[in-house]
Amino acid sequence: MSDTTITTTRRLPSSRRRSRPRVLLHVGLSIWAIVSIFPVVYMLLASVQSTQQIYAGVQLIPDGINWSNYTRAWGEATFGRYLANSVLYTTTVTAMVLLLGTAGAYAFARLRFPGKNVLYYLILVFLFVPIPGQFIPLYVVLVRLGLADTRIGYILPMINASLPPAIFILRRFFDGLPREIEEAAMVDGASRFRIYRSIALPMAKPAIAVVSVLTVLSVWNEFVLALIVFSDQSLMPLQVGLQTFQGTYFSEYGLMMAALSISTLPVVAVYIAFQKFIIKGIMAGALKG
Amino acid sequence: MVAPVIALLAVFGLYPFARTIQLSVTNWDGLSSTFGYVGAHNYVQAFHDEVWWKSIQNGLLFAVIALTVMQGIGLLLALGADQKIRGQSVYRVLFYLPPVLSAIVVAIVWKWLYQPYGGPINELLGALGLSHLERPWLGDGSTALLAVSVASVWQGVGTPFLLFLAALQNVPDELCDAARVDGANRWQLFRNVTFPSILPTIGLVSVLTFLGAMQIFNMVLAMTNGGPGYATEVPVLHIFRAAFELNQFGYATALAVLFGFMLFMVSLLTLRLTKREY
Repeated sequence: MSDTTITTTRRLPSSRRRSRPRVLLHVGLSIWAIVSIFPVVYMLLASVQSTQQIYAGVQLIPDGINWSNYTRAWGEATFGRYLANSVLYTTTVTAMVLLLGTAGAYAFARLRFPGKNVLYYLILVFLFVPIPGQFIPLYVVLVRLGLADTRIGYILPMINASLPPAIFILRRFFDGLPREIEEAAMVDGASRFRIYRSIALPMAKPAIAVVSVLTVLSVWNEFVLALIVFSDQSLMPLQVGLQTFQGTYFSEYGLMMAALSISTLPVVAVYIAFQKFIIKGIMAGALKG
Repeated sequence: MVAPVIALLAVFGLYPFARTIQLSVTNWDGLSSTFGYVGAHNYVQAFHDEVWWKSIQNGLLFAVIALTVMQGIGLLLALGADQKIRGQSVYRVLFYLPPVLSAIVVAIVWKWLYQPYGGPINELLGALGLSHLERPWLGDGSTALLAVSVASVWQGVGTPFLLFLAALQNVPDELCDAARVDGANRWQLFRNVTFPSILPTIGLVSVLTFLGAMQIFNMVLAMTNGGPGYATEVPVLHIFRAAFELNQFGYATALAVLFGFMLFMVSLLTLRLTKREY
């Protein structure tokens, strides 16, 4: 190969040749970035303006911040209830998923027992059988067990629905951990449970973080199951509550947007704080899935 | 250690599945403690249920829009963000914001944006002197499905974007370099190197997109509740209504079985077609 060919190939990635398409690239990506956040920003802007102002056109730079929509939404007895219920369901389900999910995933990764693989694939199948396809029989089970319209009747199936993805992520992580440390502990006489608790769990912190965040978001945003389980308003979580709330208050745009903002801000906060875990978790899952 | 998992799975997973098949050949109303077996009657009824076919058709329309527009935008954004550019992580975070929001919140915000009076979209059209285009987007049977679709595409783009980006970043650099040295231009590089490498991911993402779009429910319920008329009626909503509003649990489960079988077959076919082949 002559020297000239080498120089031309090397020159290709130089900044000069790429500068123009790069500007276009940033313009294109920025447009979608604005599109992605615009409705959310608009919701927040409307939430601090009066409904009359909104009818006249939402001000992009509001004259002043009017918190009355927030105090009203907060004061609506039912709305505060929905919020408290959502906090309760989200924390309970996430805690249980972590407890059962880490134990289950560790067993799948380390223990040998008959039917292990069949069982594991059965669990994974449920990743692809979504709740809408199951809601009727699930409702039947809940009625039979006397759990319809009860908190526990919502929490148990939610744990069940959140476990397959959790076990999937955690097992892959445990599979990737070196066995040597655990084997050394076993030689020293530590029990399986001790090894799980004192060695495997602390090492699995990154995977546990991913599972926690994904579970929190999915429980907070869950709608269909709550719609089926609850008829008692005082037990409903936010998403079903908002659907009821919009039936009464939709035309009061300011109040509606404040209620939506209160429901969304925790999600956005969790997302921004843990975006690295969320995005990495999903991208890693995509490659191995 | 797995015992609790197995117990939950059996009670809330496997048992419901078996019961679905059984209930689909009964006339159970969801309340009585008894029911009779009606053979294939529910399945025959489904065949003659015009609203059911309409809902399948609407589901397919949602799916086609998602597969083309949503995946298309997702792929373009992923190709753009895959370059070594500044701020890639900022773009990733912003693009993936809508998918983490709840469908109900997204639906209600978009419902407001679409409002005929005081709705920002019509206000904007008026301000631009395009008031002849103003309409009750969700209340008009000819635009309702498209309007819901726009909201769901807006929310959904982030997912294919992230999955495609992951696949693109996994294409070995050597492969692209080799093609460049051989004189391939951008398009040839994409067609002959990048595209075949990410085809299995495109297949998988297409299946997920198809399943997601066919099963759209929350957003439709909160935005239009299937209306106006049956303009945005979708399969899951129809099944939900049959069970919980009309108390036809037997019939609803038959619809669920048919629907599940259909989704399964299409998914299988898509994965087959996009399997990596050399």
